[in-house]
Amino acid sequence: MDTTATIWMPQQASTIASEVDALFYFVYWISIFFLAVITIGTIYFAVKYRRRGERDQLTTGPDGNHTLELIWSIIPTLIVIVMFAWGFQTYLKMNVIPKDALEIKVTGYQWAWVFDYPEGFNTGGELVVPKDKPIKLLMHSKDVLHSFYVPAFRVKMDVLPNRYTSLWFEAMYEGEFQIFCTEYCGKSHSEMLGMVKVLSQQDYDKWVEEQGNDSGQPPEVKGEKLFTSRACNTCHSIDGSKSVGPTWKGTFGSTETMASGETIIIDENYVRESILTPNAKIVKGFNPVMPTFQGILNDKDIEALIAYMKTLK
Amino acid sequence: MNTIPDHNYFTSPTGLKSWLLTKDHKRIGLMYLMAISLFFLVGGALAMVMRLELFSPGSQLMSADTYNRMFTLHGAIMIFLFIIPSIPAALGNFVLPLQLGAIDVAFPRLNLASWYIYVVGALFALGAIVAGGIDTGWTFYTPYSVQTEGAVVMMVMAAFILGFSSIFTGLNFIATVHKMRAPGMTWFKMPLFVWGIYATAIIQVLATPVLAITLLLLAVERGAGIGIFDPKMGGDPVLFQHFFWFYSHPAVYIMILPGMAIISELMATFTRKRVFGYRAVAYSSLAIALLSFIVWGHHMFTSGQSELAAMIFSFLTFSVAIPSAVKVFNWMATMYRGSISFDTPMLYALAFLFLFTIGGLTGLFLGTLAVDLHLHDTYFIVAHFHYTMMGGTVIAFLGGLHYWWPKIWGRMYSEKWARIAWALIFIGFNATFIPQFIMGSQGMPRRYFNYIDQYQPMHAFSSIGAFILGSGFLVMLIYLWRSVKHGPIAGSNPWGASTFEWTHASSPPDLHNFAQQPVCEHEAYPYDKVIFKSTNPYDAEEVNS
Repeated sequence: MDTTATIWMPQQASTIASEVDALFYFVYWISIFFLAVITIGTIYFAVKYRRRGERDQLTTGPDGNHTLELIWSIIPTLIVIVMFAWGFQTYLKMNVIPKDALEIKVTGYQWAWVFDYPEGFNTGGELVVPKDKPIKLLMHSKDVLHSFYVPAFRVKMDVLPNRYTSLWFEAMYEGEFQIFCTEYCGKSHSEMLGMVKVLSQQDYDKWVEEQGNDSGQPPEVKGEKLFTSRACNTCHSIDGSKSVGPTWKGTFGSTETMASGETIIIDENYVRESILTPNAKIVKGFNPVMPTFQGILNDKDIEALIAYMKTLK
Repeated sequence: MNTIPDHNYFTSPTGLKSWLLTKDHKRIGLMYLMAISLFFLVGGALAMVMRLELFSPGSQLMSADTYNRMFTLHGAIMIFLFIIPSIPAALGNFVLPLQLGAIDVAFPRLNLASWYIYVVGALFALGAIVAGGIDTGWTFYTPYSVQTEGAVVMMVMAAFILGFSSIFTGLNFIATVHKMRAPGMTWFKMPLFVWGIYATAIIQVLATPVLAITLLLLAVERGAGIGIFDPKMGGDPVLFQHFFWFYSHPAVYIMILPGMAIISELMATFTRKRVFGYRAVAYSSLAIALLSFIVWGHHMFTSGQSELAAMIFSFLTFSVAIPSAVKVFNWMATMYRGSISFDTPMLYALAFLFLFTIGGLTGLFLGTLAVDLHLHDTYFIVAHFHYTMMGGTVIAFLGGLHYWWPKIWGRMYSEKWARIAWALIFIGFNATFIPQFIMGSQGMPRRYFNYIDQYQPMHAFSSIGAFILGSGFLVMLIYLWRSVKHGPIAGSNPWGASTFEWTHASSPPDLHNFAQQPVCEHEAYPYDKVIFKSTNPYDAEEVNS
């Protein structure tokens, strides 16, 4: 663990962070300098040339000076050109993705993050990555705009529904780092959080092996975990209260009226259909806002969720 | 001894009808002032409730849905119903013809029409609130705004209608400046307030139609399901952002240019100096107006636009910093060898120099590409635009309000209470938004109903600052209200200022502004040649005591 956090900036946990911060502090000290010049100058003039005597009197001060005006146009111009060039240079580094990067697919939806690994499994809310290896995130959204942001890594990119965007980083320390959604995306925008968990290469390899190997775990236990890690809980309650979507308590096996007017018994087929093509049959009184979980949940996951749903009497 | 003139724009004619059908720019300006003040109070109250909610993490007073509606309304009300019309339509309407030596604006009926259109737009906005409010943020980003529930179409129509009010005002002012100047008033003899309002009017006329079209397309998409911005229907959400910011970036200059214009007036009057580099200040207003049209993409550095676009927009963004910096240096230099008095309007001008400088300098962080990726959509942005829009425009508006208040009403407010309110606002404002810079650069995202514990101290600090800020406005409300009836009589020129509204018009002015047509003999601020007698009742007190 390092101690690079300051009053202004969080810990520098990625390889690019120190470069971004150097630039931040360059702009910062220039700003402090100009703020000081303007504040001290203003106060000095205000005190020195305060009115003495009558309000209505003549003044004889200068009303312009071309040399001076040129100086205070040109010097700021030169300074901002440096800021621009330096900013662009670092920006390019942040956008050119190393060829050997490990590619992980990120899916954002209201209101959770899911991470798909090249080995074929996925995780919800927790992005596990090896230390000292460039990671490329290939991101897309299932519904509205989101934005993927890890302050400690100084990386941020919007996540769009109609095309892929990407970003990359290389984590320098083991540990957990906060993920935020920074593009407003509706009711639970501020709950659309996640964690980057950085492991050593050995621990990471071990972790990858363990994934997809959930034998011995009863389906309803797995389902309960999926219920929160895939953020079903942001829209479906388990205590009977109405939320964005219908509650799961006592729902399985019940008879519901659909928006179309037909009545349907909530069985395995209905739940499966609602997960994969959510807008096919909407329960009356609710809006068709659920994204499809095709590609996020596989058959075993769906079975586990159904098993969990059955326990909620 | 000062007296209120028997005939002024309040006395002839009287009655509600004479106000509702008035074509007088002063009355219309005053009606605008009432309307925008009302909405400022509503928007401010929403901000106070939000700061109360954000004092601690988790839900304190309301649900996430309610909070999301509140920040949307706060933004939409403050921008569309308060800041955009604040200086041009309220103070500008009152002052511009007076400063030009004109009897009225070029198109008085159009002027009244713009007020009624504003009212209709405001009713639509209120209708949207009654119909359940909206939770899209004032930016209406698609596809969320296409998919969410709530009265989005109605609120979008409100902004659409308000846009026309803004276009009418802009058109009117352009024509007024071109055609209604007093004999002898050449372009470079105009007061700098006129220059600023003129530059603003150009943006209003050119940029607002783009917003109108964008919002109309959004309404069509929601209403008729025609895909324009929503990918589900084959649209592109980034296109919406381009359209939206093509207006809304110039719009922030619709908001700040008139503020800068007021500061130029205040600096001249209260330092009793010709403004340093008059031409540079005038030209920089036009430069800002033109450059404002080609920097919109800096709102979209993380949106997925191309790297090349990001580079170009970053470069252009820095170019707009230069004319703003030139203005600040010129204002400061104006104080050199002046005779500076610290009446309340000047205190606001000084506060502006400090706060707007912070607002401008923090913009440099955001124009710098690599740094913006970290700061974008955090509280750093929130603090930055509040420093420019509130620390800049609203502080300048308050300076202008206190400056022209004696002209509008013929009476002075309590200088003592005005100073107390100023101090509360200055301290409260900084205490509110400096912590937001810090938590923003630490990563706190904006538009968050809930937040992780790490940010709690800064949020609490910010909330306390907001309550101090709010109390300043309450004090102001009381002393301004009292002054209308009980303030000392101001006389025609309490500040000893040089422009026509002070030298040739009574306070309050006559319905027809001037007894005879003023003729422009000097440039706007001839404080080195002419003594302008002050009628300030507080000055007499100083001498007596």
